[in-house]
Amino acid sequence: MPIRQISVFVENKSGKLAEVTGVLADAGIDIRALSIADTADYGILRLIVSKPEAALAALRAAGLTVSATEVLAVRLDDKPGALHRVLGALGKAHIAVAYIYAFLGRERVSAYVILRVEDNGQAASVLADSGAALLEEPEVYGI
Amino acid sequence: MYWNERAETMSRDERAALQCERLREAVGRAYQHVPAYREKMQQAGLLPGDIRDIGDLPRLPYTLKADLRDNYPFGMFAAPMRDVVRIHASSGTTGKQTVVGYTRRDLEIWNECMARSLTMCGVTHEDIMHVSYGYGLFTGGLGGHYGGETVGCATIPVGVGNTKRQLQIMRDFGSTVLLCTPSYAMLLGDAVQKEGIIDDIKLRIGVFGAEPWTLPMRQEIEARLGLVAYDIYGISEISGPGVANECLCRCGLHVHEDHFLTEVVDPDTGEPLPDGRPGELVFTCATKEALPLIRYNTRDITALHHEKCACGRTLVRMDKPTGRTDDMLIIRGVNVFPSQIESVLLGFGEAAPHYLIVVDRQGALDSLEIQVEMTDAFFSDEVRALEGLERRIRREVENTLGLAAKITLVQPNSIERYEGKARRVLDKRTFL
Ligand SMILES: [Zn+2]
Repeated sequence: MPIRQISVFVENKSGKLAEVTGVLADAGIDIRALSIADTADYGILRLIVSKPEAALAALRAAGLTVSATEVLAVRLDDKPGALHRVLGALGKAHIAVAYIYAFLGRERVSAYVILRVEDNGQAASVLADSGAALLEEPEVYGI
Repeated sequence: MYWNERAETMSRDERAALQCERLREAVGRAYQHVPAYREKMQQAGLLPGDIRDIGDLPRLPYTLKADLRDNYPFGMFAAPMRDVVRIHASSGTTGKQTVVGYTRRDLEIWNECMARSLTMCGVTHEDIMHVSYGYGLFTGGLGGHYGGETVGCATIPVGVGNTKRQLQIMRDFGSTVLLCTPSYAMLLGDAVQKEGIIDDIKLRIGVFGAEPWTLPMRQEIEARLGLVAYDIYGISEISGPGVANECLCRCGLHVHEDHFLTEVVDPDTGEPLPDGRPGELVFTCATKEALPLIRYNTRDITALHHEKCACGRTLVRMDKPTGRTDDMLIIRGVNVFPSQIESVLLGFGEAAPHYLIVVDRQGALDSLEIQVEMTDAFFSDEVRALEGLERRIRREVENTLGLAAKITLVQPNSIERYEGKARRVLDKRTFL
């Protein structure tokens, strides 16, 4: 049920982000979604990619600090209120969301959100009960 | 003006005889009461009786800061604890402090040397002495303080911090002598200028030490505070402030060598160096009862001058130390070894990450930054986890060094390696 997200430690200096995207481009890896959490000195680049194993290997080989984290991917109808229903269900169940980011699918009728929670199993069952569509790895990587 | 004219101006021959007698006593005391010394001397094939005059001094092995650490806390003391009346400590390697002790007589001698130091740069019992060294385990505060009282100054234990109060005391109490680190004097001078109160300040003499400073800094401090600045040298292992001090001539620091036998040696061969040639500064505490350190190698680099000074003193002069032969840094008056920071970082994982200690001087005060390369073990996908890591490292560094540091997490391999070995320190301050 959960999918793998890759996180990369990136200093806030010009050219550092391009270093990461360059490594992925050379390895023929597609970026499906990304977000950056930044502080004054550094950022954490979070990526959903087409080939997580290959991406991890390529980034490590390039000397970068990386980690893989399991996160949940949910498909939403691209309509007002869709995200609120998902977050409302989690809130009611007292599940805290550490971070969240969204992206649009190629077919442009669905939106997708990536959710980071403490307990993926518990959150997944709450989401399933609320009627949200959780994505499996192959689906996400193919979006 | 002399505090102790006889001791300060006696002929070199007369002093040598005194030193010789005191050296024999000190070596005997150390051998008899300190197992670590007994072992050291036995290893060198020496008995106390082999040390007959000053010329035999170089036959004795060095004492190093590591010896104090290995015998933490009181193992190097030659006096029983019932005779010890004061203990000070300064930060040392790998988290252990360098602990020093004093008998009542040791304190009297320290006060005497501090009083001589203050007197030789013009301080008298008419002065109002403002002590802005830290009071506590650090020897600067109490050492300077009792020296001032011994001279008869109205001595004010102001301590460090609260600039506004510092200025208020300076102005309202009419402080005439200031004791602090040179970087703190810069900061106070800056504040005096900003407040525009230089005409209300009566300071005439500054006695600054405990960290390296430069000639341009001296001129800057003098201009900002309207005083004449003198250099004082002292390390807690030997006694504290007042081991050596500049006289009115400001042509080197007179060492109170009737108490602290002074050598400068070649760091590679250990050979004594002639006057004017820089090498490692080595002291022997000839009169100390609690901690009679024999040939303590300070690792400070300086040169000696034995000819009589224009001030009339025959006490040997040492140049302002120009650096060190080990990796010890002096930051805001605190001794810092890179190994201390390494041991803190080791506490956060199996292997210490690569790190770089960046020391700079921002305005008047030293700044300490520790760049730490991010490793997989430290990394997290959540910002608050990394911020928590930064905070924990900062707290540990502060607990270990007693200094605030900025922790900067950097990418792996971003700290330069030289021939595979990482450089641990980038000191951007200039002292020349
Ligand atoms: Zn002199």
